[in-house]
Amino acid sequence: MIVLDLALNAVATGIVLGSIYALLALGLAITFGILHIPNVAHPAIVIAGAYAVVVLNRFGLDPILAGLLWSIPFYFIGLAFYEFYARSFESRGGGNTLQSLTLFFGISLVIEIALVVAYGTDLRSVRVGYVGESLRLGTVAIPYRFLVPALITPVVVFLLWLYLSKTNTGLAIRAVAHDERAVSVAGVNPTAIKRHAFGIATALAVIAGAALVITGPVDPFAGRIHIGRVFAIVVLAGMGTIPGTLAAAIIIGVAESLVMSFASPSWAPGVAFAILLATLALRPTGLFGGVR
Amino acid sequence: MRISRRQFTKLSAAASVGLAAPAIWTKGRAQNRPVRVGCSASLTGPLSGTKNMVIGYELWRDDVNAAGGLLGREVELIVYDDQSAPSNVPAIYSKLVDVDQVDFLFTPYGANLTATIMPFAKQRDRFIVGILTLASNDQLKHDKFFQAAPWGPDGATNWARGFFDIANSTGVKKMAILAADTEFSKTAAEGGRRVSEEFGMDVVDFQMYPPTNRDFSAIIRNIRATEPEAVFVCSYPADSTAIVHGIQEIGLGDSARLFGGGMVGPQYASLMESLGPSLNGIVNFHLYVPEPTMKFEGIESFLDRYRPIAEDRQVDPLGFYIPPFCYAAGQFISTAVNATGSLDQTEVSNWLHENPVDTVVGQINFDEIGNWTERRVLMIQFQNVDGSGIDQFRQAGKEVIIDPPDYKSGELVPLMDARKT
Amino acid sequence: MTLPRFALVAALLVVAGLFLPMVIPNPYYFYAGYVVLQYVVIATGWNILGGYAGYTNFGASAFFGAGAYAAAFLFKAFGLPLIFQILGAAAVGMFLGVATGYLTLRIQGVYFAIATVALVIVLETLVHNTEYLGGASGMTHIAPPPPAWFGGQTQFVFWVMLVIAACAVVLARWLELSWIGRGLRAIRASEPAAESCGVPTLRLKLLACALSGGVMAAAGAPYPTYTSYLDPVSAFSLLIGLNALAMPLIGGTRNWKGPVIGALLLASVQQIATVTISSEFNILAVGVVLIAFVVLAPEGLLGLKSAWARPKLRLSGAKP
Repeated sequence: MIVLDLALNAVATGIVLGSIYALLALGLAITFGILHIPNVAHPAIVIAGAYAVVVLNRFGLDPILAGLLWSIPFYFIGLAFYEFYARSFESRGGGNTLQSLTLFFGISLVIEIALVVAYGTDLRSVRVGYVGESLRLGTVAIPYRFLVPALITPVVVFLLWLYLSKTNTGLAIRAVAHDERAVSVAGVNPTAIKRHAFGIATALAVIAGAALVITGPVDPFAGRIHIGRVFAIVVLAGMGTIPGTLAAAIIIGVAESLVMSFASPSWAPGVAFAILLATLALRPTGLFGGVR
Repeated sequence: MRISRRQFTKLSAAASVGLAAPAIWTKGRAQNRPVRVGCSASLTGPLSGTKNMVIGYELWRDDVNAAGGLLGREVELIVYDDQSAPSNVPAIYSKLVDVDQVDFLFTPYGANLTATIMPFAKQRDRFIVGILTLASNDQLKHDKFFQAAPWGPDGATNWARGFFDIANSTGVKKMAILAADTEFSKTAAEGGRRVSEEFGMDVVDFQMYPPTNRDFSAIIRNIRATEPEAVFVCSYPADSTAIVHGIQEIGLGDSARLFGGGMVGPQYASLMESLGPSLNGIVNFHLYVPEPTMKFEGIESFLDRYRPIAEDRQVDPLGFYIPPFCYAAGQFISTAVNATGSLDQTEVSNWLHENPVDTVVGQINFDEIGNWTERRVLMIQFQNVDGSGIDQFRQAGKEVIIDPPDYKSGELVPLMDARKT
Repeated sequence: MTLPRFALVAALLVVAGLFLPMVIPNPYYFYAGYVVLQYVVIATGWNILGGYAGYTNFGASAFFGAGAYAAAFLFKAFGLPLIFQILGAAAVGMFLGVATGYLTLRIQGVYFAIATVALVIVLETLVHNTEYLGGASGMTHIAPPPPAWFGGQTQFVFWVMLVIAACAVVLARWLELSWIGRGLRAIRASEPAAESCGVPTLRLKLLACALSGGVMAAAGAPYPTYTSYLDPVSAFSLLIGLNALAMPLIGGTRNWKGPVIGALLLASVQQIATVTISSEFNILAVGVVLIAFVVLAPEGLLGLKSAWARPKLRLSGAKP
């Protein structure tokens, strides 16, 4: 009976954890999954977003609300980022993997140091009423500080999916990745579309930052531990499928949680990547590569 | 090929000028040069939360210089950033010793970074003060190593023994141990297991988790299922927060009376501020708290001067945890140099082995491998923490010392009772 | 310069290195020089796969860390001397390279980079859970005293690293000029085209994976002797992976000189910055340098040089 309880709790925790991972990975599913820009600075932008949320939270604003407010300026920051990237690379026909990785790595170092200079290196957290309490359903208990941010995920995933598959701009974002020339023939400026998509991804980063800082405190270097995992999720999902990203994130979350409950917590960090390696070896298009 | 060889030559010339410049500068003013004290500190990277230690060194330097310096010579402090990476440390200490020609060394923060230079210090026979390093000198037994932190003899197994003394005196029979999978925590957890068994307690659960873990629901459920009476936790700041939240969210069950022990984090103002009343009842180690039993010469003035600097640099505004011990590390040097009238590494070391030294963290005697002869790790209990203000921790009564008995400043309250208020 | 003559120059350099401790009495330069040479080896090894074949390996630290741990294991278990530790580490690195190559054969570009990141974390988790290797606490590694000739452990490992660097560079240059290098360049240009021209792409890629992995692992082998301590977090550090790709990028990835120049430059700058700037601005400088190079000199210093020599060609060649 105890085993069953533990398993139920582990699965519940895993789903919640996975939803938060998904939120972290969604921006990357656009930049990396759809536009094929390996934005390793994404987790650093998420942390910058978390700090931005902490600043507004000092004035008593709810972190999620703060995240939504910040998503607008972050959208424009994203536009600027893409403009910088495009001017550096696209004019020469796109950067190769090596150059893009190095560029974004450089950017993420700069972001980290900017945060250190502005806010110091101590851990920062937000104040919300529900921290320290749990939702209890029978024997299952889920902390609100995980549950609340996890509940944002399905909303964001649904809206994003709707946008990318039902609106013209959304479809153009998908199309531009496939065939740039076809899009420009259709009278759409491919650079403007990609810039817009990058803006959305950056706006998503600040919402992810809000979610992350509700679950626990952050420091300027906190993004580093997430870099591997978010890329693993996007690749595991099969590059750019939005529902797939959620599913892949939940698979990783549940796997980590089960390993933590039944094997040993110290094996948990390897789980996501063992799954990823196996997937790449057996099914390089990712688990949901066919589903769009 | 020809071009690149020319480039190589230029490069190497440029590099060697850059590296040699300080050495040339040093030699140019060898007469009456200042007394140099050097170390690396983790100014960036994952350990950069400890960079407030530099303020401790700086205040010591300023105080010594204001009093006329060491043997009439000015003290100069040289601090390099090791970026929290052990791989950077050997080159930095060689730079300090071979190029900057420092007279005295402090270790970097903690055991991992220090492990890379202990063989170097012993081989070069250098005087070095350990900054919160645990058991760094147990193997090498370097006779010029002195520990600034109050771990006491056998620190590796015993530094958190106070927690188990309290557990034993309150009749705990079932102990659970939870530790981050890192050097410091792991050593403490293994030590805790041995002490529990020594006291005849049953270790009902022993769990290690990766330091990047942030969700402790599963782990706390596992612990609760074993119905422990006490839980010994060894964790780092970010996970400490998650664990404190976790015990509130998941619950430990009614059996648990004692919780904490080896958590790093609730010594820092930023965490104490964000955790606030949810700290109540937790018994945890500390090195200094402003209780009436801890009134040492100079500590209050030190903390008063620390505070504005820390606020300016956006580091821990309380400064109880590391900086006083860095100041004390400096006092080891200044006291011994003034007493012996010498900068000789051996004379200074011998003096410290033979005489007690008075510091802002009390009077200290060293044993033959440089540990404090007396363990003075405090086990404090958070009591009556109210709201999230940080100033309350500057008064006595919020972090009450339960152990060691000589410094006791209040009575233990069972975990659940302390959390009710 | 012909290959035998090139090898001779390298050998002379190594012999000259034997006398360095007598010329330079200050050990610090050997401490700093060791790190610079270590990165020459890592960058050179990385470039075999990353530069010649165009497969971006983001997980250089997996190979470096595996090499360091293999060496520490061989020493702890059998007390083997450093030379056998290095050979053992290189063998482990080659095996790991082939295994990674096999697992990721079908994937290209960024996917490959991500797969190598996964390798780092899987290996790090493995070490964390291996008590014999010290787990998370790391292991102290007290090497036997070095040959008396060198006067100190650091002077000795510096020379050992010089030997490894010379071997790595000679190997890289030989590969570059041989049919293997031509095949790898064909893969880089277009894999399907190379395949259809009869280039054995699969075997060539595996060979490049193995050699690249072996060289990077060899770079890690003397590390425990150098630091006398080994822990998983620094052995598998992200920064090693970052440097491994930044250095060839800064120098230029087309030939063996690029990674050597890039490593000498970037590693020296990092060593100097560590003891001069020595604050958060150190890391900021690294970030800015990386961004600047990618933006202003995407083909590295060597690329910049050839662009300078043929400005017209560059302008007209802007479109893909």
